[in-house]
Amino acid sequence: MNTIVVAQLQRQFQDYIVSLYQQGFLDNQFSELRKLQDEGTPDFVAEVVSLFFDDCSKLINTMSISLERPDNVDFKQVDSGVHQLKGSSSSVGARRVKNVCISFKECCDVQNREGCLRCLQQVDYEYKMLKTKLQDLFNLEKQILQAGGTIPQVDIN
Amino acid sequence: MVCEMETDQIEEMDVEVLSSMWPEDVGTEADKQFNVEKPAGDLDTLKEVTIETRTIADMTRLPNLLNSTHQGSSQLTNLVKQWEYMQDNAVRLLKEELKNLDRQREEAEAKELKIIEEYKFESNEPENVPVLDETSDLFRRFRQKKRDALVDSKKIEIYEEFDTVAYWKQKALSLEKMLEASTERERRLMEKLSESLKTMESQSAPVQELTQNLKRAEGFLHFILQNAPIVMGHQDKDLRYLFIYNKYPSLREQDILGKTDVEIFHGGGVKESEDFKREVLEKGKASKREITFTTDLFGSKTFLIYVEPVYNKAGEKIGINYMGMEVTDQVVKREKMAKLREDNAVRKAMESELNKTIHITEETMRAKQMLATMSHEIRSPLSGVVGMAEILSTTKLDKEQRQLLNVMISSGDLVLQLINDILDLSKVESGVMRLEATKFRPREVVKHVLQTAAASLKKSLTLEGNIADDVPIEVVGDVLRIRQILTNLISNAIKFTHEGNVGIKLQVISEPSFVRDNALNADTEEHEQNGLTETSVWICCDVWDTGIGIPENALPCLFKKYMQASADHARKYGGTGLGLAICKQLVELMGGQLTVTSRVSEGSTFTFILPYKVGRSDDYSDDQDEFSDMADQQSEPDDTAEGYFQFKPLLGSIYSNGGPGISNDFLPHKVMLTSPIKLINGFVADPSNNTGQSEMLQLENGGYMDESKLETSSGHCPESAHQYENGNGRCFSKESESCSSSQASSEGGTLEMESELTVSSHREEEKAETEVKETSKPKILLVEDNKINIMVAKSMMKQLGHTMDIANNGVEAITAINSSSYDLVLMDVCMPVLDGLKATRLIRSYEETGNWNAAIEAGVDISTSENEQVCMRPTNRLPIIAMTANTLAESSEECYANGMDSFISKPVTLQKLRECLQQYLH
Repeated sequence: MNTIVVAQLQRQFQDYIVSLYQQGFLDNQFSELRKLQDEGTPDFVAEVVSLFFDDCSKLINTMSISLERPDNVDFKQVDSGVHQLKGSSSSVGARRVKNVCISFKECCDVQNREGCLRCLQQVDYEYKMLKTKLQDLFNLEKQILQAGGTIPQVDIN
Repeated sequence: MVCEMETDQIEEMDVEVLSSMWPEDVGTEADKQFNVEKPAGDLDTLKEVTIETRTIADMTRLPNLLNSTHQGSSQLTNLVKQWEYMQDNAVRLLKEELKNLDRQREEAEAKELKIIEEYKFESNEPENVPVLDETSDLFRRFRQKKRDALVDSKKIEIYEEFDTVAYWKQKALSLEKMLEASTERERRLMEKLSESLKTMESQSAPVQELTQNLKRAEGFLHFILQNAPIVMGHQDKDLRYLFIYNKYPSLREQDILGKTDVEIFHGGGVKESEDFKREVLEKGKASKREITFTTDLFGSKTFLIYVEPVYNKAGEKIGINYMGMEVTDQVVKREKMAKLREDNAVRKAMESELNKTIHITEETMRAKQMLATMSHEIRSPLSGVVGMAEILSTTKLDKEQRQLLNVMISSGDLVLQLINDILDLSKVESGVMRLEATKFRPREVVKHVLQTAAASLKKSLTLEGNIADDVPIEVVGDVLRIRQILTNLISNAIKFTHEGNVGIKLQVISEPSFVRDNALNADTEEHEQNGLTETSVWICCDVWDTGIGIPENALPCLFKKYMQASADHARKYGGTGLGLAICKQLVELMGGQLTVTSRVSEGSTFTFILPYKVGRSDDYSDDQDEFSDMADQQSEPDDTAEGYFQFKPLLGSIYSNGGPGISNDFLPHKVMLTSPIKLINGFVADPSNNTGQSEMLQLENGGYMDESKLETSSGHCPESAHQYENGNGRCFSKESESCSSSQASSEGGTLEMESELTVSSHREEEKAETEVKETSKPKILLVEDNKINIMVAKSMMKQLGHTMDIANNGVEAITAINSSSYDLVLMDVCMPVLDGLKATRLIRSYEETGNWNAAIEAGVDISTSENEQVCMRPTNRLPIIAMTANTLAESSEECYANGMDSFISKPVTLQKLRECLQQYLH
């Protein structure tokens, strides 16, 4: 009984994570992260990811404040924020966030406030989206572990 | 001359003051006197005007002329008509006056009659009425009434006096008086009449009148013309002057009259004017022409000449009238205007040309930018492809698969190289590339370049470095670019040389002729501010080989982009065809020149001459003292002043059969003053060198303590190099293959890591010790500002069995490097406070100079005691690996150019990190 549940959960987990890759939420770097997780650091991915989301919310907050005033936007500050965000998202494998960051940076380079604001909204949306997705994923993981199973290795390729 | 002043004043308002046509003080006094004509007394307007006659007329011929020509007779007719009209007018006026007087007299007579009648009518009532009193009816009526009113009393009076004699006497007297007055008036009128008749008579002499009028007309003509820059004349049909007005002052009557232009004047334009006059005379049509005279008499003057033919009454041509107006100023002005207009047009054309050029340049820049962007876009996925292929090559593959994969990798590498070259080139061309001026030691640079080349050498070539004694120990220049050029040329030389030698030769030359003017402007500005007394030195660098050579016809296009000596060569040797173009551009950017000489199948020599700044000599000696203090007992000056290096292929080494592509194990062999210790240092200095790595491994294992003692003692062991090799072979023969290859297999890497792990765990306590050579575990410094990146990288390092120190920016990195010794630095490029590139540059400068002056100059606060600095003095080159985000600002070229050894593109993966560690640690 238990094994069936575990197997089901494992399959569900696999499908879910594959869908995340397929939909472009994640890329290989996320797999890299998962490789780093071992018995010594069982929550490594969750920790990094939550740190990332905290970072996201903070950076987006400061950037939105910077972009609030229509006439004197401190693009330098925004740029540094985007750079941070890009580095972080790239590091955790948050592909969509990273892609938005790339266009965000382009907007920033040409000091296009409208574009920046659009990108900011998009980044906000994407990271929140990813956050819920990953929360689901972690919940699944937890369930598998609770059921006594192991997290299956997912080969994306 | 009042008139002149007046006209001047008028002219000032809108026209500039005209200088008189002829110079003023040329005419002789006598001449003037002769010419002066007193103005007619009755010409009021000309009273104060002295008129100079400039007229010379042939008086005998003139009347003749006037009578014989239509113009002349018509003028006379006009004058006569005018006179007649005036006379008529006068007669009419006199008649009117006469009529008036007649009427007055009639009136007077009528009044007289009336008075007489009155007296007849009322003789009893005589009244004292003035005869000529013009009484109005009103007045008369009023008087009438008055008389009526007074009639009674008066009548009484009258009746009383009527009969008295006195009354009648009085009456007669008064009448007599009235009569007298009347006659008197009549007489006066008669007088007046006769007087006016008299004046009429006196005015009636027509000749006198005519003369006067003529004089008046002439006076006016003079008045008008006297200051005009006009010459007028009449010439007969032989073009001899009969009349001239306003001739040149110094010419006398006898000089002009009866003579032709050619006889009077000499110089340019005279003949032309004469010909023109003759032409007019012949054609019989008046015409105008502008003629510039250049005569001895009055210099260069331009006249607008009007010439008309003159006919006599019979219709025969008898001469010409000619009028010339001096228009020199106008002509000059006109020419100036024309020139201005022309200039304007030229300028406009140039402007539009410039605009066009600017437009083209902008387009080109945009295209280049586009190319650069495109290249970047291509590079990122391509590096992915190549990377993956490399990883694939580490898996189990059969022979054919491996071959295919190798082709794939090399093609990929070629494309990558091409893109990198394009990026480099577009950077130079778009002027983005900036030159840095840093102090460096040419000998060391040459040595490093050769060492690096030797390390990846796959042929049995001997690499030589030869530096002339007069080359300064330290010079200032952009060491990174120079290195890039040298590396490029050397790798080129190696590529096209199959056996023999490849070498670099440095010598000081005198300033070349091609840049004698701008030799000093290369990059003096920044350095002159340091207050150093600097001199410039030109160093000629030959990179020669004994390779296949270049055919002469291929030489001209050698430095052109995408050009290789021949398509054949391109196929055989590969390459992008951009390397030399980049070298040339870089050399030229630094104010030098790159040339090549070559003979087919004998070899080529690429020569570049560059200007360098040389710092003060005592500046160097300070440095030198410090250096020798800190260094071990080795004779350091020999190293810094070493003029010759040789890297020979070490045949028969155990690695030689270690597999394809791994024959990079050449030991440098110093011919002069061979010193094994320096040899070791030399190896340590280049972390990419395999033997250097093996040394580290030996030390880590604590195995070869005698070797490490050798480091500190001055003991000389001629066989040490060989020993190393053996030692290396003994202990790590299994791993050496994977270690030495940059494409290390992952299995090998993991193996290594594991051994590494065990070693380090044994030596946990010892780690704290700061003795340079006692470090058991490689010390790694991560310089990164993004905490998530730090977290990930740290975790990866942990997996790989390493720990890391963290610095959050360049300044922290420098501080960390200054206070502790590291074996590897992973450096983020884009960071706040001080970015990775700058930090790396400063660290390299520290390695080269042994001090942090550059960093302190850059504003980094470094608190170190002398002591620390001495013991931390780096004797080797710290491997610095860039972590780039693959953006335009963080290109790999930039990393290399700033002194980084390699780069990892972000995001960092376990694999990348592992490969990097394998290459640069141990």
